[in-house]
Amino acid sequence: MQMNEPEAITAGRKIGDVILDLRNISLSFGGVKALTNISFDVREHEIRAIIGPNGAGKSSMLNVINGVYRPQQGEIIYRGQHRKNMDCYAAAKSGIARTFQNIALFKGMTVLDNIMTGRNLKMKSNFLLQALYWGPARREEIEHRRKCEEVIDFLEIQHIRKTPVGRLPYGLQKRVELGRALAAEPQILLLDEPMAGMNVEEKQDMCRFILDVNEQFGTTIVLIEHDMGVVMDISDRVVVLDYGKKIGDGTPDEVRTNQDVIDAYLGVAH
Amino acid sequence: MQDNLTTFPRRLLQHGKERPHKPAFREKDLGIWQTWDWQQVNAEVRALACGLAAIGFQRGMNLAIIGDNRPRLYWSMLAAQCLGGVPVPMYQDAPAADMSFVLENAEIAYAIVEDQEQVDKLLDLCDQCPNIKHIAYEDERGMRNYTHQQLMSYARLQELGREYDKAHPGFYEASIAEGKESDNAIILYTSGTTGKPKGVCQTHKALLSAAVGGIGFDKLTDEENVLSYLPMAWVGDCLFSFAQALTAGFTVNCPESSDTVTTDLREIGPSYYFAPPRIFENMLTQVMIRMEDAGTIKRKMFHHFMDVARRVGSDILDGKQVPLGDRISYAIGNALVYGPLRNVLGMSRIRVAYTAGAAIGPDLFRFYRSIGVNLKQFYGSTETCAYICLQPDGEIKFDSVGKPAPGVEVKLAQNGEVLVKSPTLMHCYYKRPDATAEAIDGEGYFHTGDAGIFDNDGHLRIIDRAADVGKMNNGAIFAPNYIENKLKFFPFIKEAVAFGHERDKVTAFINIDMEAVGNWAERRGIAYSGYTDLAAHEQTYALVKECVEKVNADLAQEALMADTQVHRFLVLHKELDPDDDELTRTRKVRRKFIAEKYAVLIEALYGGKASQYIETQVKFEDGRTGMVAADLRIMDLKAA
Repeated sequence: MQMNEPEAITAGRKIGDVILDLRNISLSFGGVKALTNISFDVREHEIRAIIGPNGAGKSSMLNVINGVYRPQQGEIIYRGQHRKNMDCYAAAKSGIARTFQNIALFKGMTVLDNIMTGRNLKMKSNFLLQALYWGPARREEIEHRRKCEEVIDFLEIQHIRKTPVGRLPYGLQKRVELGRALAAEPQILLLDEPMAGMNVEEKQDMCRFILDVNEQFGTTIVLIEHDMGVVMDISDRVVVLDYGKKIGDGTPDEVRTNQDVIDAYLGVAH
Repeated sequence: MQDNLTTFPRRLLQHGKERPHKPAFREKDLGIWQTWDWQQVNAEVRALACGLAAIGFQRGMNLAIIGDNRPRLYWSMLAAQCLGGVPVPMYQDAPAADMSFVLENAEIAYAIVEDQEQVDKLLDLCDQCPNIKHIAYEDERGMRNYTHQQLMSYARLQELGREYDKAHPGFYEASIAEGKESDNAIILYTSGTTGKPKGVCQTHKALLSAAVGGIGFDKLTDEENVLSYLPMAWVGDCLFSFAQALTAGFTVNCPESSDTVTTDLREIGPSYYFAPPRIFENMLTQVMIRMEDAGTIKRKMFHHFMDVARRVGSDILDGKQVPLGDRISYAIGNALVYGPLRNVLGMSRIRVAYTAGAAIGPDLFRFYRSIGVNLKQFYGSTETCAYICLQPDGEIKFDSVGKPAPGVEVKLAQNGEVLVKSPTLMHCYYKRPDATAEAIDGEGYFHTGDAGIFDNDGHLRIIDRAADVGKMNNGAIFAPNYIENKLKFFPFIKEAVAFGHERDKVTAFINIDMEAVGNWAERRGIAYSGYTDLAAHEQTYALVKECVEKVNADLAQEALMADTQVHRFLVLHKELDPDDDELTRTRKVRRKFIAEKYAVLIEALYGGKASQYIETQVKFEDGRTGMVAADLRIMDLKAA
């Protein structure tokens, strides 16, 4: 399989320089402060986890990164480019793909078609040519289909290729959503609770896929996850949010022993 | 036989000349069927054989082959044979520990495997089996970080081969020319219902005569298509997807993955099909489950026309006299139900379908024949290259396995055991002269271990394993398989084990079919948390009881079997599983092992207890173990 495989990585992956830097991000909805003055960075090829109790602002953070929300303050530096905020389209175009907390697939469409939508931004031929399935559009379609088949092969979902997504169990739908994101050949993959609601076996599978994506394609991964075991196992660095503030940042071990983090999770006597 | 056709490599060369551009192998890769014609296959095998030679594989050595059905693995079998070596296909789903016996016994130094999973297993065993020197893997996924010196990719091996071929012109041809028909063509390890697996050595001559016999019998041509999805280590796959394909020159199709077999079956539409009864059973269960969920009109239509099919379908297939009215009904049914059903099952183009490996329930058998699938039974074993008896077209009986195959001589021993003499007979068990002497007597007859009788038309009827057939205390014959198969025909019952030897009454363990019973429970709003819970449910017991009562009524009709009606039964708290050694890898019940493991339960069945507590250790697929405990209820039945 030859997706965007970086040549530098031969034996295992090598964590590179900072690819995404978030500086002093603050976001509020009216009087509600979702994020307050948060800074952290993401390095190339790493798995970066964002954790925190419910309502801590984790999903808001992801939404800031791919431009769904525009922060009132702060700066985003992506690949050396300074921006006040991201723009959804630009983010997708520049290689940021994501999955959602509540699955956002087209339920009536097949797995293959859903994954194909991930290639949308890579399609160049115009609507008319595509409708006629003629000339360059046809060649292009075949090429995109091949890429999608590589993703299907990678995620081992050949047996449901032609099944409408709505008929699939939850765990498989999550996998299809990951497939759609992968089809975009992202440089940064944002995963919003990829393992929520899964059983142990499905979680193990998903962990394996995330690690494989990271290792084989060198994709940088930012993930939100509630399962501490998973987070501590697979991530390189973890940032901890609580009530929209950053309370910890570092390797899993550092975070585990951080008193603020322990207090936030276990509660503290006042 | 012509001199250029006496070994499989020679056959391969011949196909390359005779039908260079006819498809030989297909495999679905990235959603598209890829085809290799005979000329390409020749080139692939040549490169591979030379590659093996380049890394030191020599005449007389054994080559382990482990993986799902892949064209490259079939070519590996041929490549080994080209060099005068012997392929040893192994069960791909066996855990590492089970593999070590075969690896040691066959002194494996070279292996060609499918993927990372198999590589991992072999690397785990390297300490135990230091003989393993070279492992070639077909699928490179996940292999980039492996630095073990034993490892090499299949592509690299072929590259080496091409260089070797250039440097040693004539080597390949000479090597094939050196092969003799009396050479070992393959070693197949029997799954071992009893004791350790034994390696059955089959020569080119035996395997080819089995293939030629079968092809003549069913008039197969190079136009056939087969789907190869059964374990490569099983004699059935070896005969149908390898020996017969290379003899007749037809096309072997390999599915995309084991999960996609049903879809692939539909896409390929094989003309020649082979499956053990369990697969036909699963397919029927699927159909029945889906029909239960269908709308009222469809369901009524289905049942109406299935009644018609049951009445006349088989007779029409056999070309017998059938009244015009029934013919018309059947034709309508064919357009509305049977045709679409065959299409869904991937059986639209089937000319000949076979089942073997275990006895098939008559009702199950009748179902497929009645919808127009020419399903036939044959009987045989690994030791006889699969064939002993075959059902000829038009002479199908539900309870027999047909007449002796061409060239095969069958006789019955005093105790009813089936004895066979035939050119397809194995020449020995690998390195086991004691076992060979035990299986083949002085006169050259092979003792099959099955008990059978010949009926008036000269058809053989297998009742059970000779060793399993017992006697009840009142002297009646007790054939456990016979009873179990009747039970297993019900879609709700997946597995059954009957007891009764030297007892007054027959009792049974039942395994419910999780999918069928789960679906049934769902529709009735019965809540359950898992297999153990569902199995113990009161309504499940009532459901199973109904099934057992029907079987009893059936048995009461048969003079010989009337005394073997099931009097008490229990539903087991866990599924019988090959990982727990309760079933063989081909999913046959290991009777003795189960009797010992669940001795407490048997005691309870005969002791008149109403329930029995049991704790059982189970092994998960990843090798971990856990405990399952349950208080099992025992249910009494009245004889019909």
